[in-house]
Amino acid sequence: MAVGLVIVSHSERLAEGVVELAGQMASGQVRLAAAGGTDDGSLGTSLNKVLSAIDTVYSPDGVLVLVDLGSAGLVAEMALEQLPPDRRRHIILSEAPLVEGAVVAAVESSIGSSLDQVATTARTAMEMNKVATNQA
Amino acid sequence: MAADRAGVLAWIRRSAEAIHEQREILTELDREIGDGDHGTNMDRGFAAVMTKLPDVADADIGTILKTVGMTLVSTVGGASGPLYGTAFLRAGTALAGKQELTLADALAGLQAALDGVVARGHAERGEKTMVDAIAPAVDALKASVEHDDALRQALETAATAAEDGAKATIPMLAKKGRASYLGERSINHQDPGATSAALFFRAMVTGE
Repeated sequence: MAVGLVIVSHSERLAEGVVELAGQMASGQVRLAAAGGTDDGSLGTSLNKVLSAIDTVYSPDGVLVLVDLGSAGLVAEMALEQLPPDRRRHIILSEAPLVEGAVVAAVESSIGSSLDQVATTARTAMEMNKVATNQA
Repeated sequence: MAADRAGVLAWIRRSAEAIHEQREILTELDREIGDGDHGTNMDRGFAAVMTKLPDVADADIGTILKTVGMTLVSTVGGASGPLYGTAFLRAGTALAGKQELTLADALAGLQAALDGVVARGHAERGEKTMVDAIAPAVDALKASVEHDDALRQALETAATAAEDGAKATIPMLAKKGRASYLGERSINHQDPGATSAALFFRAMVTGE
């Protein structure tokens, strides 16, 4: 088992796309679940979808939850508060950027790293230079 | 509002109607400084609440409010879902088992709701959010409890305080949510969340 990833986005398609992209980097070793859009598929976030995504990928190895904007983080916080404490302590809510964070977290998880290591690596995505001309 | 279970149910129904009637105005305010979905989102959430109300028609006030909160969290979609959801859940917890409310109970419920919104949104007064409507209304209720005012009069004063609070967001610089991305351009717009919050307070004293 490896650390599972939950991708929370306002857009159902964006969440599924990030799962696809990060999943490709993890060569089938990492369980990823998308929690995108509201229950009826509109733009927004849903507590139900986040709870069910956590349930899908959960193992005692842990789960890292990545979010896009505003309400995604608030809904994820609410979801965590509703979980039983023995599950809650194996889950980390990441402040990493969604796409970059998910990709590096998937790679880190696929090599068997712990939840704390996966969370730390995801956070490094905040410093990633994506365009060469922006490098100091 | 009459402060029994029927009164609380009627308040929720009137709130849903007010949100539905004002949905385009709320969305327009949100289009100016946010992502333009506040009215649509809240209307969807309260339409879902209305379908759940019959299930709790015989429940205590705490259970009714918690049901509203859980429904909003799962159906609104935007940040107002977890924020109003938390407000109703906290109020419901504070009023667990109650069949009717005194003015002090109403204050306890609304204070819990405000504390929940502040904790969930990490928001303070003056940041151009729903806190800027709810907090003055809670202050007004506190003063009414001290003066031993009648419930109806206290709620009337609170509704006016919430509306004044919503208007007072116009010159504020947004510090939270999508509006904060606009920086100075968020000034001179009334906050949609504060505006919808004021609707809930007004719905406590209309349609009687």
